[in-house]
Amino acid sequence: MEAIILQVLNGLDKGSAYALIALGLTLIFGTLGVVNFAHGALFMIGAFCAVTLSRIISISHEVVDNTQTDFLGNPLKVDVPYVYDWFGQATGDALIDWAVPLSILFAIPVMVGIGVAMERGLIKHFYKRPHADQILVTFGLAIVLQEIIKYFYGANPIPTPAPDAFRGSFDFGAAFGFDPNVIIYPYWRLVYFGFAAIIIGAVFAFLQFTTFGMVVRAGMADRETVQLLGINIDRRFTLMFGIAAAVAGLAGVMYTPINSPNYHMGMDFLVLSFVVVVVGGMGSLPGAVLAGFLLGILESFASMREVLNILPGLNQIIIYLVAIIILLTRPRGLMGRKGVMED
Amino acid sequence: MSKLNLTRRGVLQTGVVAGAGLTLPTYLRAESHAGFTNAPTGDTVTLGFNVPQSGPYADEGADELRAYELAVEHLNGGGDGGLLNTFSSKALQGNGILGKKVEYVTGDTQTKSDAARASARSMIEKDGAVMITGGSSSGVAVAVQALCQEAGVIFMAGLTHSNDTTGKDKKANGFRHFFNSYMSGAALAPILAANYGNDRKAYHLTADYNWGYTTEEAVRTSTEALGWETVATVLTPLTQTDFSSYITPILQSDADVLVLNHYGGNMVNSLTNAVQFGLRDRMVNGKQFEIVVPLYSRLMAKGAGANVKGIFGSTNWHWSLQDEGSKAFVKSFGTKYGFPPSQAAHTCYVQALLYADAVERGGSFNPCAVGEALKDFEFDGMGNGPTLYRGEDHQCFKDVLVVKGKENPTSEFDLLEIVEITPVSQVTYDASIFGGELGACNPGA
Amino acid sequence: MFGLEKKDARLLILVAVLVAFAPFILNPFPEGSGLAQFNAGYPDLMQRFVIFGIFAIGFNILFGLTGYLSFGHAAFLGVGSYAAMWMMKLLTMNVIPGIVVSVIVAGVFSLAVGWISLRRSGIYFSILTLAFAQMSYSLAYSVLTPLTGGETGLQPKITDPRILDAALAPGATPKANLFGLEMGSSVELGMGSWLFTFNAGYYVAAIVMLVAFYMSIRIFRSPFGMMLRAVKSNQQRLNYTGLNTKPYTLAAFVISGMYAGLAGGLMVAMDTQVGAERMFWTASGEVVLMTILGGVGTLIGPVLGAGAIKYMENILSKINSDILHTWFAFLPDGLEDFVVTLIYPFIGKGWHLTLGLIFMAVVIFLPGGLVEGGQKIAKLFKRKSPVDDSPDGKTTPAE
Repeated sequence: MEAIILQVLNGLDKGSAYALIALGLTLIFGTLGVVNFAHGALFMIGAFCAVTLSRIISISHEVVDNTQTDFLGNPLKVDVPYVYDWFGQATGDALIDWAVPLSILFAIPVMVGIGVAMERGLIKHFYKRPHADQILVTFGLAIVLQEIIKYFYGANPIPTPAPDAFRGSFDFGAAFGFDPNVIIYPYWRLVYFGFAAIIIGAVFAFLQFTTFGMVVRAGMADRETVQLLGINIDRRFTLMFGIAAAVAGLAGVMYTPINSPNYHMGMDFLVLSFVVVVVGGMGSLPGAVLAGFLLGILESFASMREVLNILPGLNQIIIYLVAIIILLTRPRGLMGRKGVMED
Repeated sequence: MSKLNLTRRGVLQTGVVAGAGLTLPTYLRAESHAGFTNAPTGDTVTLGFNVPQSGPYADEGADELRAYELAVEHLNGGGDGGLLNTFSSKALQGNGILGKKVEYVTGDTQTKSDAARASARSMIEKDGAVMITGGSSSGVAVAVQALCQEAGVIFMAGLTHSNDTTGKDKKANGFRHFFNSYMSGAALAPILAANYGNDRKAYHLTADYNWGYTTEEAVRTSTEALGWETVATVLTPLTQTDFSSYITPILQSDADVLVLNHYGGNMVNSLTNAVQFGLRDRMVNGKQFEIVVPLYSRLMAKGAGANVKGIFGSTNWHWSLQDEGSKAFVKSFGTKYGFPPSQAAHTCYVQALLYADAVERGGSFNPCAVGEALKDFEFDGMGNGPTLYRGEDHQCFKDVLVVKGKENPTSEFDLLEIVEITPVSQVTYDASIFGGELGACNPGA
Repeated sequence: MFGLEKKDARLLILVAVLVAFAPFILNPFPEGSGLAQFNAGYPDLMQRFVIFGIFAIGFNILFGLTGYLSFGHAAFLGVGSYAAMWMMKLLTMNVIPGIVVSVIVAGVFSLAVGWISLRRSGIYFSILTLAFAQMSYSLAYSVLTPLTGGETGLQPKITDPRILDAALAPGATPKANLFGLEMGSSVELGMGSWLFTFNAGYYVAAIVMLVAFYMSIRIFRSPFGMMLRAVKSNQQRLNYTGLNTKPYTLAAFVISGMYAGLAGGLMVAMDTQVGAERMFWTASGEVVLMTILGGVGTLIGPVLGAGAIKYMENILSKINSDILHTWFAFLPDGLEDFVVTLIYPFIGKGWHLTLGLIFMAVVIFLPGGLVEGGQKIAKLFKRKSPVDDSPDGKTTPAE
């Protein structure tokens, strides 16, 4: 029983990452109709926004410590961050400690900027081009972005821990009357889940309850008619692209404490996010979110020892197996719209 | 359809070209000359450094490449001579190899066996490399080793830890200085027993591929021999990034030790996740829960950050060793690049020197002469204490380091501390236990 | 000639000549000169050019004609490779059985995958093929290790049975051959400071590639090819006329799967090694990129695209800072360092960056791929319209 509850939690947690990435992708791919292979790279850049900010906060000057020696036997040079000098050690430490949450503020403008620049500078010219061209250009862009990050940060994962306050685990057992210490879940992963829920809710609310959102939805359904009505839909789509990039980026920022980011993490998530979007159904935002959580939960259950003993290797293929079954039983995924990217 | 015609046509055309070629040449030859592949003719000799330059192990590859460049410098008499001064064999004079200046070519393995072989083949076929070395995974090592056997050049493996490289996939032209899974298990088990007791219950998470299998097997058998019980072993996909669903079941088991048979990004993520779930603060059966990582590398420790503190593992070499060889190597590497070398850099540097020395002692670049010179070669002063290159499987036997994550690192390179130097006698095994056939050395054309 | 129109026959002959003289064409720079770094005329790379050419030609039969974008073609290549390797381990080191079986096995496998995947179209089809390929990769890397060798892959071993071959001479290693002609054997031709290598394996692969290319021309020009194009331009209309398109698309899928299997078998024949990475999604993506880079739906485009990508992978990645310094040694020291620093991020370990930039540049400036670039250049030199080998004159949207 506890095992199942825990796997559901794992699934929700993984699912929230999948859903967030897929949500951004489906805004671009499922609605603007652009096959964006650079979406994984946007997720990755978001994660590196967190890395960058924590590097900026901990920019240091060297102080020679004569009591210690370095590996060559010379006096050790100790890095002292400037924030220590400016705010004192306690405040400085707190700033460095809270770098990841602070990065949210840093990442939003950066990611919206990147998204808008990408759309204006590149994608705009590809709306009418064949999907093949979109694949090539966005894949090229993804490689370029990835190599730029690699050039500055190297290929090794960079540990980016959550603030100390979130380091422990929440004991569901004690809170809900089970045995203590059995159902525990790390605070940060719960924060991630909550954060994902807020972002997903915000995007839906924005599209559903604002005039801007209404126009965008109308544009998604029938771009030409909306244009004929004299509405500048292009500008709104540009902004949607920026929002999609920001959603992907924030998913990346918040993911850094869960797994140390590296320059190819985007490619690791790219294929998966396409699978999630398509299983959810092209052109459906709720579908993408639902598929994200569904695949996350199934993946978690498939990794249980009890399951693997019966079907060894199931954890290797579960996502793809589920994708095949769903696509064969439901022609347009879970909630796909007719006629989107079907021919 | 006139398919047959076309084939004949193709053949005819080829024939015509070859015929036309025959009338023109200043010389025409089949590949055989000098008795072995790529025999150096001029006053230089070319070595091929095949390391991962893209993909997840790019940083490790970069460190390997630095080590090779340093080795070439020392072989050609530049720099401070590094390990040439402490190496027990004095055959190398710092005037290149057999008087020929050492040159090198580099390539990118991408940590994929196909790409690694393509790169190695281009070094052999295009650049005339007489020895290939490097690499950062066992898949690549085995693939390139097989290629070198076929092509008739020497392969000096870089970082490869699977038993297979000098076990079931061993080849006469391939040599490995790095240690392997078996040695990790044999070295770690006594230390684990001494620190954590003899009645522990272990839970293994294992990367689902060859290296993971051999490592799990090694750690399991050697800990079970000391009284540990293995509660469960679970295989995890190589492409897994979030290990939470593999870690929560541990909370339900009565295991009190978690063994992570993971390498690279897998290990960084699984360890980070395990610590997140509070496993290190856990008490089971009245004992502190512990995590073990059989194979450590500095880059992995760096990627996992503070999570490695106090966690046991094994390495081939570490820069904080205080013997003359290690000190000399750290000094010349650190002076040139500004930071201490990793174990990957060390094994690659040593492999390059061992090859050069074997050529010098064997008196020829012929792979068979090199193989003969390395066979059962005993040496010292390379940082690992007295070492034997065993003739039966071309595996080096030397002390193994058991390390643990340092509690108070003084720099970003100072992440591990040496707990114990396990003597070579404790990690030696019989060459026949892993099967495989060494075959005969192949000098190529 | 050979049942081809004049224009197509000319193209075929041109390709045949280029392929036959590739050892000369790809080695334009004399040995030992600084530019020799750019020579591609060594056996391994030439073999890869033609093998990936076959792979891309086959992929183009599906993608270029029907518009069905398969994102899992590497699986057929991988399956073909494994089949060929097992033939070499069990039967003989002669490459013929291996190549034949690789085509058959890949055909059967693609029939199964195509049968299921073709029930959907568009992006849903792409994801289905991707899913099958990723499952093949994951299983081959892990639970199927006894069959596939897993991480370390498979290589011929001295101890393999090889029931048709005579026992190996003591000390000999098994080598792929064609009735005794070793694939690795080469003849070198020295002319002054130029050195040209003629490799047996390359010419075997090249002949297979020419046959494959010829068949693809025939398919492009056949009524069957016409039907496939009709599927691409408007499948719905075809359905309304009472035509069942599935047999046509499935046939195209299986044919292109067999091409992939052939490429996989040849890969093993040229370089006796197979590993699971060959089936990873990036490998499937690579052939998509090759085809688009060269020009979707054109005859020669995919081959050019394959050549361009493999050239960069194998040549650019080998240039290191040392080589740069020798090239620019003639410059004053400060300037030399500056130029080297400027170029360094784009070569060696940064070769991916160049690749990405070239993808973007090609698609931005040459919407029809490299073939269109060639046509633009040709237009500069002659007035009359150049050879147009995409039959409808333009690349139609393909999704």
